[in-house]
Amino acid sequence: MKHKYLENVATLNLWTEKCIGCGRCMEVCPHNVFVANGKKAQVKDKNQCMECGACAKNCPVNAIAVDSGVGCALAVIKGWLTGSEPNCDCSGSEDCC
Amino acid sequence: MSNSKSCCCSSNDNSCCSTDIPVTTTTLSFKDILGGWKVRWGIDRANYRIDPGLYAIGSPDHLSPVLVSANYKLTFDSLRKELYGLNCWILILDTKGVNVWCAAGKGTFGTDELVKRIAITGLSEIVSHRKLILPQLGAPGVSAHEVASQTGFSVMYGPVRARDLKAFIDSGFKATSEMRIVKFTLWDRLKLTPVEVVTAAKVSLKVFGVLFLINLFAARPFGFEDFIVYAGAVLAGTVVTPVLLPYIPGRAFAWKGWLLGLLWTAGFAWLNGWLVPGSLLPAIGYLLVLPSLSAFLAMNFTGSSTYTSFSGVIKEMKIAVPLIALSSAAGIALVLIHHLWA
Repeated sequence: MKHKYLENVATLNLWTEKCIGCGRCMEVCPHNVFVANGKKAQVKDKNQCMECGACAKNCPVNAIAVDSGVGCALAVIKGWLTGSEPNCDCSGSEDCC
Repeated sequence: MSNSKSCCCSSNDNSCCSTDIPVTTTTLSFKDILGGWKVRWGIDRANYRIDPGLYAIGSPDHLSPVLVSANYKLTFDSLRKELYGLNCWILILDTKGVNVWCAAGKGTFGTDELVKRIAITGLSEIVSHRKLILPQLGAPGVSAHEVASQTGFSVMYGPVRARDLKAFIDSGFKATSEMRIVKFTLWDRLKLTPVEVVTAAKVSLKVFGVLFLINLFAARPFGFEDFIVYAGAVLAGTVVTPVLLPYIPGRAFAWKGWLLGLLWTAGFAWLNGWLVPGSLLPAIGYLLVLPSLSAFLAMNFTGSSTYTSFSGVIKEMKIAVPLIALSSAAGIALVLIHHLWA
């Protein structure tokens, strides 16, 4: 059964006019969000995007942007309470998410 | 796993290496398997790591492929057990003992560490080609074009799962679209639940400590039934929700957990005859606090899932966290009033 999460929240943006059709985004996306449309990439299903950031990081012409965040709910709450950015910097600590 | 081998290449080859590169096996020992079980239960998980650097599988030479991975030992073991019969190099990055995907998200499995590790190991002296195979889930941390411009090594992203590596290599480094998709199967989810239970149990011990102290002067002490209804709510959030995840109606994890917590608590209260005028106060109290607890635990599982976006988690939490806090506070107050005052 396919997993589905909240819709219309993903911050993914693709500027097709910048795309050079290298195919990296399709190679790295773990949720098959991109398809090839002719020589260029196209966002097929934005709601499947989990904002991991792999596409943006590997796009050689910065045609993709996404706010990628990491952190478990506990880290987010801690961030809210302390007024800092949600951050899952749990390297070395016991209760990593 | 650490027998050393001083020369890794054919004798007539001038790129022969002089340093000692540990040779590892593709079979897991009893100790490796036991170690894997321990970390799944959260025992000394932060220190289950191997030394970063280069490792050999079989008898690799200067033409053999280079696989890049993380120094979490569970990751290293699940990689090498899929490499039976292959001759290849494994370049282990220092990810502070964290798996590839989580480390990539934090940037420790990243461009800088990869560039540095290529230099430290002298990889360009050991292999004559200039190709690296990275796990696809390392891509959030690594910028392939940056690595190429800084080191001359081109980055290929291999399949998501190590078990597809052989097919990937055999097909001339072609990944099928199936190999590129991350899944979250029942077994994947089940494997993650022990750590959730152990973490919740540790916090629960503190709760039990407080309840024990309350029992010293309570009019109606907390008893076995209270323990069961609480433990059930914890399991609803940490095990049942993750396991049944795609089958529970709705999208938000907190909602899914709340629903199962409510079914459990209401069912338990009904079976124990708590839904009668005399015990309505604690029953309502438990119905307020326990589904909220399940909701919270389920919400925390978003951090372990493979498909939730951070923006989605934030949206879910902005609604769920205040409701959970209010409902829990009201519920705890009702339960305490019932137990403390005669």
